[in-house]
Amino acid sequence: MSTTTPSAMLASPPLILRVRNLSVSAIASGAKLTDAVSFDVGAGEFLAVVGESGSGKTMVARSVLGLLAAGVKVDAGEILLGDESLLKAAPKRMRELRGGTVGMVFQEPMVSLNPAIRIGEQMAEGLRLHTQLNKLEVEAACVAMLKRVQIANPLQCMRSFPHEFSGGMRQRIMLASVMLLKPKLLIADEPTTALDTLTQLEVLDIMVSLARTDGTAVLLITHNLGLVSRYADKAIVMQTGKIVEAGDAKTLLRSPQHPYTKQLVDALPKRSHKVVGDVDSPPILQVKNLVVNYPGRRTSWFTKPAPNRAVNGVDLTIYQGETVAVVGGSGCGKTSLGRALLRLNSAASGEILFRGQPMQDLSGNALHDFRMACQLVFQDPYSSLNPRMRVADIIAEPLNHTTMGREAKVQRVAQVMEEVGLDKLGQRFGHELSGGQRQRVAIARAIVRRPAFVVADEPVSALDMTIQAQILTLFAELQRAHQFACLFISHDLAAVEQIADRVIVMQSGKIVEEGSRDDIFDRPQQAYTRALLAARTAT
Amino acid sequence: MSASRHRWHFNAVVGYSLVGAIALIAAVAVFWTPYDPLHLSVRNKLQAPSLAHWLGTDELGRDVASRAMAGAATSCWVALLTVLFAVTSGTVIGLLAGFIRGWTDRIVMAFNDTLLAFPGILLALAIMVIIGANQYGIIIALGLAYAPMVVRVVRGSVLSIREKEYIEASVMIGNSPVVTMLRHVLPNCVAPIAVLATSMFGWVILSESALSFLGLGVPPPAPTWGNMLSGSRSHIQSAVWLGLVPGVCISLTLLGVNLLGDHLRDRLDPRIH
Repeated sequence: MSTTTPSAMLASPPLILRVRNLSVSAIASGAKLTDAVSFDVGAGEFLAVVGESGSGKTMVARSVLGLLAAGVKVDAGEILLGDESLLKAAPKRMRELRGGTVGMVFQEPMVSLNPAIRIGEQMAEGLRLHTQLNKLEVEAACVAMLKRVQIANPLQCMRSFPHEFSGGMRQRIMLASVMLLKPKLLIADEPTTALDTLTQLEVLDIMVSLARTDGTAVLLITHNLGLVSRYADKAIVMQTGKIVEAGDAKTLLRSPQHPYTKQLVDALPKRSHKVVGDVDSPPILQVKNLVVNYPGRRTSWFTKPAPNRAVNGVDLTIYQGETVAVVGGSGCGKTSLGRALLRLNSAASGEILFRGQPMQDLSGNALHDFRMACQLVFQDPYSSLNPRMRVADIIAEPLNHTTMGREAKVQRVAQVMEEVGLDKLGQRFGHELSGGQRQRVAIARAIVRRPAFVVADEPVSALDMTIQAQILTLFAELQRAHQFACLFISHDLAAVEQIADRVIVMQSGKIVEEGSRDDIFDRPQQAYTRALLAARTAT
Repeated sequence: MSASRHRWHFNAVVGYSLVGAIALIAAVAVFWTPYDPLHLSVRNKLQAPSLAHWLGTDELGRDVASRAMAGAATSCWVALLTVLFAVTSGTVIGLLAGFIRGWTDRIVMAFNDTLLAFPGILLALAIMVIIGANQYGIIIALGLAYAPMVVRVVRGSVLSIREKEYIEASVMIGNSPVVTMLRHVLPNCVAPIAVLATSMFGWVILSESALSFLGLGVPPPAPTWGNMLSGSRSHIQSAVWLGLVPGVCISLTLLGVNLLGDHLRDRLDPRIH
């Protein structure tokens, strides 16, 4: 198909995609999901669509692909790919365009590749559908493309199944299979949201270089402003289905005009000034030479599997009221460390001292007493709340193990709910709340018994940027009020920079660097720390 | 949205009415039936439905309407107790196996899968031979035959639920394993159990009739829908109503129970309102 018609040639660069006054609404309720959205994407141009969940940014992408869900329809507007109207195209024509001319990369690399089919076959499928290459040519093209996305051993990769790869590698493979068809337009819907910061950068760098070389226009849909400033040429900001601001990406972030854009930019984490924990009193938690194993792969039927070390000799001290952040890429052992401290998995060796008492071998009542003083906040607010319990019951449950009277319990629950900003929501079920509200419930449940020590495992990674900022602020306020010590586990350095007093950098089970927040962020000593910081999504 | 909501209510109303009507008939039959369901009258055998005998008479001249009413009481009572027995025992075993894991799980599930490998009716037959053919023998035999299925389903749900983070939160709160199991695991298994229990109700009625046919069901002359159905086979050419009456009774009961089950499952799930 030809996109270089005379009229498009006049503009520079030629426009690939023109969206005009696109309005999409839900059929049943009539709610407008997007309202008169217009924008252009030129060849080789990188346009970011920014907005939070529910802003309609995904609807825009789905309309372009003709993949709107049942129950959603386009009311008005025009989508032109080159000179062809996509809204008027027949389903057969749309199938030809999808994959061939318009490629798409999805958010979740774990589910966008078919787990039952080898990589090579999945990649070849697109070429078989859209080109007339023979088997050998297809294979050669796949190998060349996998090399371009920096897969070390392309031939072996093509014989493997998706589960044999990490999230980042899968997303690169996904990218390879999409770019294989040299699409004119690539739509990437939150392509790196599920990945840790270092991997995010790796995938996006490759995506940008592929798109630049092949002259592909990119429509990046994201809630992450940091990525926008780093990669995008132009950006549009969406709120409740409308474009509130559009323009050059750098200018837009440096001097936002619309209040909503300002709010988004403000939500980018900044260092807050904090009261440092009470370092003079004895430490609340001390860890000496902690080792945590998990069973490795069995090499033969007759030998015991050699254990893998998730945590390999970690020393750690946490004082009252202080926040210690543990950062590192996926698989560095930070989650295993947090769980071992709470005795949710057992340590192979080493000592855990809580208020000077050894905890590593406790069981029964003594372990119960220890748990009474500790709590955990989870990453995923969707699976951490029992779907059959009401919010007030969830928050009240930890109090069952205290000696508080009925009156006092009711009072405490009400007080905590007010503290976390959930008043009047006590009778709701978890599914009736937003992600941010659910995380507030999880935090309320953790602090209702006034614990001395809280482990927060990626508590904001699953949330939108503005919600992240709110939750982090809430966390800091609660900590100031109740003086609990906190181990904050995260791969997101921006969040860490906002909340931590001290930072511990972990890599493959070991601490590579440790220091105060300002030391780590301003004067990193180790190469790995510097790499992490470079990947930080700063404006 | 509103259309589907309306239909859903309609289904629930039909389910409640059917189950209510059958329960009412069964209750009435305990005290009163138009004729004595056991009374023989060879002179009146195989009469077509008439004003005197609304649903006709069978090969021994017994009133079919009276027998269907009395049969409702026996059939539903047997099915209800069997399902309760199978679901209770299956849930307890499945819950323990899934929650404790390790060797308990392996041994229980190996035994369970062995039982599942037998056809349910064969297993029930073997148990009936040991216990003896009476009403409570049937309940125990069919209950034991159907429990392994419940164990499988419950264990499967428990395995997926115990990996959820709210289970870990419950451990961190300081709940004992038993409290965690009863408060956080069990309620989240209810939906599959409810679906299984309602379909099982139908299977049990049919299995009971199969057992009756083999002479191991509720012993004659006491009527059940199952033995009425199997007794009607030899007269299917000349007296259609003999098979039709218990057949329609069974179908309506199954429809009612299944609609009720769907409704209960939705009501028990806070995510659907």
